[in-house]
Amino acid sequence: MPPLLFYLFALITLGFGFLVVTGRNPVTCALALAASFVGLAALFLSLDAYFIGVIQILVYAGAVMVLFLFIIMLLDIKTEEGKKLNLPAIVSGVLLAVLLTLQIIAVAGGTPLAHKSTQDTPLALADAAGKIKAALPTITNDLKAGELPDAKLIGFTLFDQYGFHLQVIGLLLLVGTIGVVVLSKRERSAP
Amino acid sequence: MITLGHYLVVSGMLFALGLAGVIARRNIIIVYMCLEMMLSAANLALVGFSRFHLVNGLPDYTAQSLVFFTITVAAAEVAVGLAIIVALFRSKQSVDVESVTKLQG
Repeated sequence: MPPLLFYLFALITLGFGFLVVTGRNPVTCALALAASFVGLAALFLSLDAYFIGVIQILVYAGAVMVLFLFIIMLLDIKTEEGKKLNLPAIVSGVLLAVLLTLQIIAVAGGTPLAHKSTQDTPLALADAAGKIKAALPTITNDLKAGELPDAKLIGFTLFDQYGFHLQVIGLLLLVGTIGVVVLSKRERSAP
Repeated sequence: MITLGHYLVVSGMLFALGLAGVIARRNIIIVYMCLEMMLSAANLALVGFSRFHLVNGLPDYTAQSLVFFTITVAAAEVAVGLAIIVALFRSKQSVDVESVTKLQG
């Protein structure tokens, strides 16, 4: 990906993220967060993670943000106006964020892979086709054709190595669903 | 040239923005949105490391499986969290964090 596009998408992600933190109107914040997630999905695509990018848009920008907007509209939350700002919290929040950013910038250069670019580490698709012995023939066929079947490879990894974890996550979703039903049930009689 | 360091810095800045929002904002729903932002920032770091740490010439798909799990947990967490916010709003008629101070010593 051209460097210009990386900076454009990073700017979209961080700029709209900043709007989320500073916006006064919750609806504006929610829409800014959706835009920020779209920028983040573009960054995922630039890292050859097509499946994760699509999931990011479907789940976050789609389902989660609709849920947020639904709750905001349902509760009819007004813009915070005229409220005094919580100055100590804002100062400590900004200070912590700046410190954390500086720390991450200092640490990020130190990882062994930090100065590799995507050109330095090209994907060897045809090479990988021979090495992945246990994979399904459809994966090796795609690799030989020069395509990256990343949804298939993630699915293969999930079901091959993390089958138990996948069942646990399914159970978690079930528990979450039941929890939501229990939490949102209206109490019949006031004590 | 865009290196892994660039992605890590963007991820760190997004996380820091979310952290600042969680500490500074008083509207519980916006605090929650900032939490989602921090989760996504961690995902970006994971996907970055996955792309640059090649296994057999392919990205490391263990990391991307972990991102898949993170997104699933985040979706479940949002559903439960928003249900709690709705229940809180029913009892307090407010979404301000200052309205919930019962556990404060």
